[in-house]
Amino acid sequence: MKSIVIGVIGADVHAVGNKIIEYTLENAGYTVINIGVLSSQEDFINAAIETDAKLIMVSSLYGHGEIDCRGMRDKCIESGIGDILLYVGGNIVVGKQNFEEVKERFYKMGFNRVYPPGTPIDKALSDISEDLGE
Amino acid sequence: MSYYLLIDFGSTFTKLTAVDTALEDIIGTASHFTTVDQDIRIGYHKALENLYNEIGRQIKFDQVIACSSAAGGLKMAAIGLVEELTVEAAKRVCLGAGAKIDLIFSHHLTKREAKELITQKIDIILLAGGADGGNTECVLFNAKLLGEMNVKIPIVYAGNKTCQDEIEDIFKKYNLDGYICDNVMPRINVLNVKCAREKIREIFLQKIIVAKGIKKIEAEIDEVVLPTPEAVLYAAELLSKGYLHEPGLGDIVIVDIGGATTDLYSICNASNRSDVIIHGLEEPFAKRTVEGDLGMRYSAPGIIKALTKEEIQFINQEKGVDIVNEVAFRYQNVSSLPENPHDEFIDQLLAEMCAYRAMHRHVGRVEEVFTPMGMIYNQIGKDLTDIEYVIGTGGVVINSKIPTAILAKTTNILHNHSELRPIHPHFMLDFKYILAAMGLLSQKEPLLALKIMKKYMKIL
Repeated sequence: MKSIVIGVIGADVHAVGNKIIEYTLENAGYTVINIGVLSSQEDFINAAIETDAKLIMVSSLYGHGEIDCRGMRDKCIESGIGDILLYVGGNIVVGKQNFEEVKERFYKMGFNRVYPPGTPIDKALSDISEDLGE
Repeated sequence: MSYYLLIDFGSTFTKLTAVDTALEDIIGTASHFTTVDQDIRIGYHKALENLYNEIGRQIKFDQVIACSSAAGGLKMAAIGLVEELTVEAAKRVCLGAGAKIDLIFSHHLTKREAKELITQKIDIILLAGGADGGNTECVLFNAKLLGEMNVKIPIVYAGNKTCQDEIEDIFKKYNLDGYICDNVMPRINVLNVKCAREKIREIFLQKIIVAKGIKKIEAEIDEVVLPTPEAVLYAAELLSKGYLHEPGLGDIVIVDIGGATTDLYSICNASNRSDVIIHGLEEPFAKRTVEGDLGMRYSAPGIIKALTKEEIQFINQEKGVDIVNEVAFRYQNVSSLPENPHDEFIDQLLAEMCAYRAMHRHVGRVEEVFTPMGMIYNQIGKDLTDIEYVIGTGGVVINSKIPTAILAKTTNILHNHSELRPIHPHFMLDFKYILAAMGLLSQKEPLLALKIMKKYMKIL
């Protein structure tokens, strides 16, 4: 099965959801590389290069996700993994905003899938298998 | 009862230490210039003569073992994929094996880089890249390029396990001197040094010391068993941990300032705190770093290079010296020893700068991060704040009139709270210069080596 890098981006220390994602993806048979909380964009990208991962799943629960994720696709391109899939989910923006607009903004930033608050990880599983072709 | 003779073939001096196991003590030490250029045995015989003179009689030694850093030591190249991950892991393995890293390459090698491996006369290449099950493309490319460029240097492959077979095929196809080992970074941020380190030592003992003319000595002694820095690392670990009922000193740092390099060893856990989040590649319990641009003679210009113009001017005004000229003189006269108080003053100053900067590069850092959940501490590297002892070794420290002033430069003198330097360590001196010898002895008689070290480390 393919490798997926997961972690919590920025100055965010929410560790519970991160563990649930790891557990669920591993049960689904994926090789999970969990880089944990307080991770930078570079941490995600470096781990993806070394493990030949096809997907990076970014969690952000503290509202600063938009700032933390900016420029991540460009860095992937610079690092030679421009084709990698980027997912993001959690409480990724501040306050209550129209999620369709939020999604658009993240798509423009180069993310392939954007999940609103409260999405159970199981819901993403079908997207993953579709995108990874497994 | 038996007698051990422990030899350290250094780049400048051949140092002898004689140990009597019945007395559990050192019965004599002696040294002479290393003569590896002509015949390493000449210097050894002269040193042995000096030793017999010191002891007052000839001794038949039961075991004679040696470590060596003569003829340039062990020059290695570390190759990996991502700089912070497999390149860093490869570097740590080389340093832990007692090598000097002359070349570091990441990602896809170029022909120019492969040529450099040959022109720089690298002894062993450590080729890593990819976590197990991860990237294979890059490391296969690199192995193939080494083959195409006909690089006939021993290559230790310690990268992604998945392509071990293909790597072996490449080694065979191009007739390379290759060896397969466990991955230095099997999973992200997990460091695995053992297999590659042992293979490096094996190659060093079987091939490198032959090529450097050191092996000849084995006609007269039992064997050369270690590169010198690895011996010091073993000594440091033993002195810290203790052995059986004999307690060690706890967490320690060793500062070894030489003519060409400044080596730092820290023996402790990465952190003893529960309120920090540790980032980055796993830190080894016994960690060695080598600064090839910080030294008292060959590498003295590096000290100046690391300073800004303003800092140089500040030092010149504050100390009343011309530091640039002083450094140039030492670089041109590498065998010069201090002859007067002024020379001593300059050497002291340079040593202090080496100690400060080497620790700056060795030590871990902590960063305060404000999060919605309060203040969080984010740590990268090793936390040395609780270090019990900082031990000094190397000629300039041992011969200094105020060694504590040099060793104190490893602590947080500038109150930079992001650097996790030792806070209130005790200072000690390896005044008989025996650490490498005791690292050697520890391979045969660990308890005895520990007891002798504890006896001869002088508290300052």
